[in-house]
Amino acid sequence: MTAADNAAYTGTAETITWLRHNRIDLALHELRAATDPNQRPLLLLHGLGEESARIGTLDVEWSGPIYGLDFTGHGRSTIPVGGGYTSEVLVGDVDAALAHLGPVTILGRGLGAYVALMAIAARPDLVLGTVLADGPGIAGGGVQPGTPTLVFPAPLFANTDDSPHVPDPFALVELARDVRPPDYAQSLLLLASDVSPLNRLVYVSAVARPEWLDAIVSQPGVQLGTIEDALGYFAGV
Amino acid sequence: MGQHDDQQDDYEVTIPEGARRPDRRRIVDSSGVQISVAEWGDEDAPPLLMAHGGFDFAETLNRFAPMLAAGGYRVISWDQRGHGDSSWAHLYSWDADVRDAAAVLATVPGGPIPFVGHSKGGSLVMSLSEVAPHRVSALVNLDGLPSGNNRPDVSEHERTRMQRDETSAWLEHRRKLSDKQRFPGTIPELAVRRGRMNTRMPTEWLEYLVTVGARHDPDGWRWKLDPTMRFGGFGPWRPEWSMLRLPGLGVPMLGVLGNEPEVMGWGTKEADVVPYLPRGARLVGLDGVGHFVHIEQPRLIADMILEFLP
Repeated sequence: MTAADNAAYTGTAETITWLRHNRIDLALHELRAATDPNQRPLLLLHGLGEESARIGTLDVEWSGPIYGLDFTGHGRSTIPVGGGYTSEVLVGDVDAALAHLGPVTILGRGLGAYVALMAIAARPDLVLGTVLADGPGIAGGGVQPGTPTLVFPAPLFANTDDSPHVPDPFALVELARDVRPPDYAQSLLLLASDVSPLNRLVYVSAVARPEWLDAIVSQPGVQLGTIEDALGYFAGV
Repeated sequence: MGQHDDQQDDYEVTIPEGARRPDRRRIVDSSGVQISVAEWGDEDAPPLLMAHGGFDFAETLNRFAPMLAAGGYRVISWDQRGHGDSSWAHLYSWDADVRDAAAVLATVPGGPIPFVGHSKGGSLVMSLSEVAPHRVSALVNLDGLPSGNNRPDVSEHERTRMQRDETSAWLEHRRKLSDKQRFPGTIPELAVRRGRMNTRMPTEWLEYLVTVGARHDPDGWRWKLDPTMRFGGFGPWRPEWSMLRLPGLGVPMLGVLGNEPEVMGWGTKEADVVPYLPRGARLVGLDGVGHFVHIEQPRLIADMILEFLP
């Protein structure tokens, strides 16, 4: 970790802006200040069970400010009572950040990559490019519902005063079962590409190929490449 | 506002014939969410679990449940999270609703019992049957069998535009949620608002529902329903996912469809359901009856269920 990451890891209040999404307080971390005041922010979305302060800036090159959003039930954001997660509601989390930050480029890891695809579909005018990267929760729960199960997860790990923060066990269970049909992913891409001003709007840097991701990699507007390639391109458009 | 109050206090609501508020109410804790349970009938009678539909609440059963109770059952229903007297939750999802239902079921000791559900509640008890097959003896689904019929027949381009409109409307709704409250109103005003979702219900019934499903604040009546809940939204759900589970049901099943189309209905026709029925299941389509079959025709439906149950 870099020194800047370590500073963020301690989660000092100065680096956090609190955003409200319905009954949830979301922690938006400013992970690195801008070196170019004219560059839009880069928003990092963590993977399932992760938190922004821990993944840090991923050492990426970006001259605008870099922010990380803790999803509902993760990091310093509110842990809801009694579960009820869907990845769609996490798009509402991202939208709260967009309302605060304005146009951004998004780099999502795992679950955050899938949410990033939904976010560019929902707000193609505010999400100027997404990078889909490997990370926890990239697979989701398959292309159709599996055998339903009743799960009442109990907390296994106790929260302590130090980071990392223990994610909501309901989030870990429910967001790992999230159904992601391939044609749904394609329709999300279509929603984005219909409106987005960018020729390349989704960069896939992930090596993993769950069905939802496999369904979009060869579609118009999607480019394969490293995180560096992607951010290099998005920085210039 | 004072005048408003006087009008409301003076307003006389007729209690519909046969309507009876629950004989007992209790709270069940579902992983921290407080679920309000309503019961009708003798506490020692054989139990029957009944789930209400979306945007309804247990006391919409105030005419129907007493009929099942008079038929010899202890009818156990509950307000789903965000509905009626149950907690407003941080989050809402299908899995969460099924867990809440299971938490209620777990407070009823004993073996398999009949599950009855209307609309969303019908799908809910179908899911509950799948996750707790050892607790269900028979399944009754009242106009809660999904089909693709209410999907508009439009071009791909038009579908994309509609999907975008729905998604952005949902996000705009989410942006305005903080401290959102329902509009207060008089009993007749709330009845008129609900009438838009319950188009075939008489005014007398709707006004009665206000007195059992709304709370009387100093500035007027408000539905208890969580104001942050909303129809629609977006997601990958497909009706066939539920229907494909139906043939595997291992207990007797009675399905009822209200054939009159209406706004809250699902537009499902008998022919959509027949290929998916489990062995020996019974399906009844009712002409001239809308989505709320058990509220429009409580006697007919109650008799049908009582005759169906072993």
